Amino acid sequence: MKRTRLVFSGSGGQGVITAGIILAEAAVIYENMNATQTQTYGAAARGGATKTDVIISDSKIYFPEVVQPNILVCLTQDSYNNFASIIRPGGILLTDLRFVKTIKKIDAKQIELPMYENVIKQINKKVVFNICMLGALIGITRLLKPSSIIKVLKKRISKDFIDINKKALDMGIKMGREFKK
Amino acid sequence: MTSKIKFVHGNEACVRGALYAGVNFFAGYPITPSTEIAEILSQKLPEQGDKFIQMEDEIASMCAIIGASLTGHKVMTATSGPGFSLKQEALGYACMAEIPCVIVNVQRGGPSTGNPTHVSQGDVNQARWGTHGDHSIIALTASNHQDIFETTVNAFNFAETYRTPVILLFDETICHMREKLIIPRKNDIPIVNRFRTSLKKHVDYHPYLPREDGRLPMSDFGDVHRYNVTGLFHDMWGFPSNNPKIVQELLHHINDKIENSIHEITKYKEHYLENAEYILISYGSSARSAIHMAKNRTQRGEKIGVLELQSLWPFPHALVREKCSKAKAVLVVEMNMGQILNQVKLALGDSKNVFLANRIDGNLITPTNIKALLRVIQGRGV
Repeated sequence: MKRTRLVFSGSGGQGVITAGIILAEAAVIYENMNATQTQTYGAAARGGATKTDVIISDSKIYFPEVVQPNILVCLTQDSYNNFASIIRPGGILLTDLRFVKTIKKIDAKQIELPMYENVIKQINKKVVFNICMLGALIGITRLLKPSSIIKVLKKRISKDFIDINKKALDMGIKMGREFKK
Repeated sequence: MTSKIKFVHGNEACVRGALYAGVNFFAGYPITPSTEIAEILSQKLPEQGDKFIQMEDEIASMCAIIGASLTGHKVMTATSGPGFSLKQEALGYACMAEIPCVIVNVQRGGPSTGNPTHVSQGDVNQARWGTHGDHSIIALTASNHQDIFETTVNAFNFAETYRTPVILLFDETICHMREKLIIPRKNDIPIVNRFRTSLKKHVDYHPYLPREDGRLPMSDFGDVHRYNVTGLFHDMWGFPSNNPKIVQELLHHINDKIENSIHEITKYKEHYLENAEYILISYGSSARSAIHMAKNRTQRGEKIGVLELQSLWPFPHALVREKCSKAKAVLVVEMNMGQILNQVKLALGDSKNVFLANRIDGNLITPTNIKALLRVIQGRGV
């Protein structure tokens, strides 16, 4: 049984929940897996802490919440401070260099990438920051095929924005893969 | 094939089930956590040429679907606890006047406006006894999106079969969570459509004269037959009556048509139930935690099973008695102060081995919560 438990956390407007939905949808529709996605539910569309739990598995998923994630993404200092300790030993903690200063020593692979900085430099649209993060995640873990993510993006996003999303995804994947080396 | 697989939240699974069943009229007033049902139908129904109305409040929404149902439509409204309270008077009217309709209650924390964005299962008894007077009601629930879809179709089928309001008791967790849904092909799930009278124009039609099998053929209001509909006790013409015989027979009729059909209405699932020493009875999102926990413990050689109820009213007392007859202890896992617990105790008579495993703080009960309680019951400590 293969099961990956992920938590994406950040602040409202960064797109962490959207990223969770896109990842889970890609797993279900294009990779024939099961997935659940839940989220903190409240008025956090613009600011305020947000968090989404995603479970991707080849078997049935019952309890949909993630207690100990294999993969934790923190895109703000607050979310890092709050959630860094819940990571499963040996898991992967992905943070953004601009927003998070890692302080704690935890039993996980800590990966700090300049995702936001590169998005601003190369695309100059912070709206695709979350897609760059998804790319980095896939680059590091090879959890899903990039083409599955692109298929979901094409379904959900108007075609005027597909190019910058693809570019952000590719950029993330490259950063993630390079880090592995 | 791919287009049949969806990744949706529970509210959308409910909408897709309703559309599959043939819903063609929705009136509602948005309320968290049910809002997405109204939101999606506000697009889908006009697209297929049908009516979606956002009403001024929940009372008007309930009244609107009753009127629309009488004209021959398959109708639905969706709300949460506070709105469900407001609908109770008209819900009773629909019971009395025997009008098919489906009411979705995506439960959130109560009483009153309570805990709008968090989960609860506190409206179970309200679904049964929220409206006054002796009546019977059908209330269904589900713990995953495939079942939400199918249960919603069943709700429409039961509403038409028994000419009664049917309540769908979902909850915030299940309806905001996203997971896989495979849309069944056309005809995979049978659909019950309106049972209409064959009587032609100018032929006397008795709207409330049951046939020998107890069913009442309907005539679309405003079409060829004129008849009366009232919340008062009424005769076969639909006109008010306080004749004791008519009153008693009608009260028997609206109760018996549902209670006598409990075998057709009852839906449930068994998980690891065979030879289980400890049985968890659960429903809705809390059943997911119960099954998760039972699966884990079963893999470790313990004998723990789950009886997952998918129909709560009429309550399947005989089923619970049969399934739990050999259990050392029964735990009712729910997110309220023991509303189904009381029914289970009633079913089992001897209640000293029936326990409540609940959580009422707005968070989903976890497998760990249930495991801790079970260990205490087993005398093993937490």
